[in-house]
Amino acid sequence: MAELNERNIPLFTPVNLITGFLGSGKTTLLKRMLTSSALADTAVLINEFGEIGLDHELIERIDDNMVLLQSGCLCCTIRGELAEAIRGLDERRATGEISPYRRLIIESTGLADPLPILTTITADPVLRHHYRLGLVITTVDAVNGMTQLDRQPESRKQAAVADRLVITKTDLASGENVENLVGRLRRINPTASIVHAVSKNFDPEDLIGGDLFDIASKTREVRHWFEDETKSLEQSARNHHRHDHDHHHHDHAHANQHDPNRHSDDISAFHLIFERPLDWTAFGLWLSLMLHRHGEAILRVKGLLAIQGEPAPVAVHGVQQLVHPPIHLEAWPSMDRRTRIVIIGKGLDEHAFRRSFEAFVLAPEIRAEEQKSFA
Amino acid sequence: MCALCGVLGGKDHWTEPLKRDGVYVRAHDPATRRRERTLRISAANTILGLFALSLEDWQGDSYILRTRTGKSEIVADLAALWPIAEKLAGRPLDPLDTQVLARREALNG
Repeated sequence: MAELNERNIPLFTPVNLITGFLGSGKTTLLKRMLTSSALADTAVLINEFGEIGLDHELIERIDDNMVLLQSGCLCCTIRGELAEAIRGLDERRATGEISPYRRLIIESTGLADPLPILTTITADPVLRHHYRLGLVITTVDAVNGMTQLDRQPESRKQAAVADRLVITKTDLASGENVENLVGRLRRINPTASIVHAVSKNFDPEDLIGGDLFDIASKTREVRHWFEDETKSLEQSARNHHRHDHDHHHHDHAHANQHDPNRHSDDISAFHLIFERPLDWTAFGLWLSLMLHRHGEAILRVKGLLAIQGEPAPVAVHGVQQLVHPPIHLEAWPSMDRRTRIVIIGKGLDEHAFRRSFEAFVLAPEIRAEEQKSFA
Repeated sequence: MCALCGVLGGKDHWTEPLKRDGVYVRAHDPATRRRERTLRISAANTILGLFALSLEDWQGDSYILRTRTGKSEIVADLAALWPIAEKLAGRPLDPLDTQVLARREALNG
């Protein structure tokens, strides 16, 4: 559970974003989520431009906690309106005018870039003290998803920045198509959980109920990030068991791009794995500089870090230049105590990344005085 | 980039976040804050030195970034550091640039 105030409201209300391409089932998913009694304490902001709105029945049911943004696509130009809408809800909650919602969901239009929406929460001088980013949930249509990923860069980006990928309309697509789509999504974003919306096991609460900031679920969340990496490493070990190649005694990066199938998208992911604990200060400087210079290409960073002097790991994750506050876990989620970082990005040079990390973060500290004479 | 100005301009940059449940915070009191600040300046200078820049503390609250030719600017926090550093250096500070990496590696020994 998150920290609550005296009125049983989270000190930082999570703001979750539902995104996905046009017609991919965002509104249907939202409807299902809102009919779940476990998610009754949810406020919703809907950007209705270019989309079918929620039906009247639903709007009536949750009227007080719903705001329809009229300005069109949620992007930089209307970030003010978004912040204002959230502040409006917040004031009404504070005065008891509406029920004390514990989470907020924003449904964006299909073409919206998620980043400006996310930055609104962290940039607003009022909201940043009362709200925090929750999950990015991206819907992908099993029938048209592959074509959209082929043709629409926004679609690939929405998949890349997701924490949860919800595949919709699987009942209308062949098993093979669904399998291919899942494979492609995993290559674009190996850190996201993939959920089938049509499955009997689909649980709306499970989809949004816990995230990295939720004490009860944060360890499970971090495990999700590296599930594919673990599978990939196991597969790699099986494929290369005859090679005299001991990964365990070296810091190394593991590149998913070794698989020839992984070159089909401009967005790809790779893992950096390091044995040695890191200097937190050096890591912070390096990552902030990297995101400053290459944030447009780095769509997602998720890392479980072994920090010098800390018995438990620190989880760091970000979307482009926006990095969430780092979370200190109580314990390592598995016996694996290495630093593991997943980078998802466009056209990134994994080798240069690893080299940069080793040079700036892992290398012994260099005195600034020595450098002055070198530059 | 407009979307980011506000984010990066805050005093709660992710490397120095506000205290809250579960968040990794290194500076818990004035003493640890001073220590972290000293460490940060020292570590930043190992990068900035590659571009003939240096960072100093300014009244325990902000920083001064200087070039060797005497130009200087006040930097509010780490979030503002890199854009100002690039402006003063007159070139990008690219941690993936092969020449930068080669110089850094040479210094690392």
